[in-house]
Amino acid sequence: MKLLIIAGPPSSGKTSLVKQIIRKLQGEMKIAFLKIDVVKAFEDVELSREFNILAKKFCSGDLCPDHAGVMVLGDAVEWAESNGADLFIVESAGLCLRCSPYLNQGLGIVVLSSIAGIHAPEKMGAMVSLADIAIVTKIDLVSQAEREVLVQKIKEVHPSVILMETNALQGTSLHRLYGLIRNSGDIDEDTLVLKGNPPLGTCTICVGKKEIGWKHHFGVVQKLDGQTAEYLYRGE
Amino acid sequence: MIKEITILPGLDKSGMKENFSHIELTAGETVSIVGPTGSGKTAFITDIELLAQEDTSTRRRILINGMTPDDEIRSNPSLKPIAMITQNTKCFADLSAEEFLQIHARARGIKDKKVIDDTIELANKFTGEKIQKNSRVTVLSGGQTRSLLVADAILIGAAPVILLDEIENAGIFKQEVVRIIQETGKIIVFVTHDPVIALLTRKRIIMENGAVKKVLFRSDLEVKAAHNLLEFDKKVGIIREKLRAGKTITKEFVTASFA
Repeated sequence: MKLLIIAGPPSSGKTSLVKQIIRKLQGEMKIAFLKIDVVKAFEDVELSREFNILAKKFCSGDLCPDHAGVMVLGDAVEWAESNGADLFIVESAGLCLRCSPYLNQGLGIVVLSSIAGIHAPEKMGAMVSLADIAIVTKIDLVSQAEREVLVQKIKEVHPSVILMETNALQGTSLHRLYGLIRNSGDIDEDTLVLKGNPPLGTCTICVGKKEIGWKHHFGVVQKLDGQTAEYLYRGE
Repeated sequence: MIKEITILPGLDKSGMKENFSHIELTAGETVSIVGPTGSGKTAFITDIELLAQEDTSTRRRILINGMTPDDEIRSNPSLKPIAMITQNTKCFADLSAEEFLQIHARARGIKDKKVIDDTIELANKFTGEKIQKNSRVTVLSGGQTRSLLVADAILIGAAPVILLDEIENAGIFKQEVVRIIQETGKIIVFVTHDPVIALLTRKRIIMENGAVKKVLFRSDLEVKAAHNLLEFDKKVGIIREKLRAGKTITKEFVTASFA
């Protein structure tokens, strides 16, 4: 199974991009989708209705969403795998800029809007600097010069990133992305670890354990289905 | 080096294949794209700018010198042989004009620092109120922004192909823009509603319903018409500038003949 982890600030165009990917690749592979968010998420219903694919959501509530992502990804990969998915797309909440949700396998994609502001690539830290691919969206709203200024800023943060520009609503110029997804390798569930370093803290994720799945962790832990501590606010 | 750009047909708005086998734009050629609003003029030049590979809404393909362009050329500004002036009259980057141009020059791989001053100087030829080096690009007017972007495309984009989307409707001095870029030996494509610009170009592409309807070559008669119109347009320009400067219409303007 191939894995795509998509990060980026709210309203940058992550879901529009996911829709283009599903539209293009649905005929070639079975796709499963997970949306991780904090309070509310609608993408699971939206995508399963529009494309009739396997879709799930997870709300992190009081947990930081990247932390929650780490906890549930092990179960989620198993869920997608056991349902026979060939491609598993995980869309992160994209809120906290301390961490990045990318793993050591599959493809990590950061989505940035052309109108997000020129300093966004630097401010977004690991979400940009650890991505394999950066996709700049909403390019129809700005001049070519301004797009190129933003692209240059991204390159200065992460010189080796593969850059693409698109109008995600129309799916323009994504030819190369589809090729990269098709040619990406299958993941090995047992050796999946985070690419970036977790923040300092007191639970097992906070002190730097990279393993995926709640069984490798203790402290503040949540499972994909059901929760371990009743007092935690879980959002929706 | 770019000798020619080839456009291969895509689909019109009803999904029918366009009625041409290929359109070639060769170095030194000026082209105008005309047609009603919504007919697909901007989409046509955007396809060229993005070097579309059947992955835009029109499904067209663009070749450079007869070959499919490399993926890297599509997304690396320092390799991109195309500069485009879009209709945008707004910059969102929180930068001064100087910083904006410096970063763009880095993106385009230009080392010469003089280009920054030259670009601002050229921009100020196109616009009434001067742009300062330390002006924030976010607060420039629509006309100033477009002037800066046109100058940027000519000197920093410095590409062999320049695409201009309706330069006439931003209150900038279009004659000046047209004069400067026509002297270059590049492929210049104008999307336009302006008859003067349309007649100044050698080739006219007519759009309808999202598709190329036909391609016309300028006739000798049209060359004459272009020169007459140009004189007429200059006179209109003089009146425009007088009005803009707060002058009133005098008798000589009322009786002026534009024949």
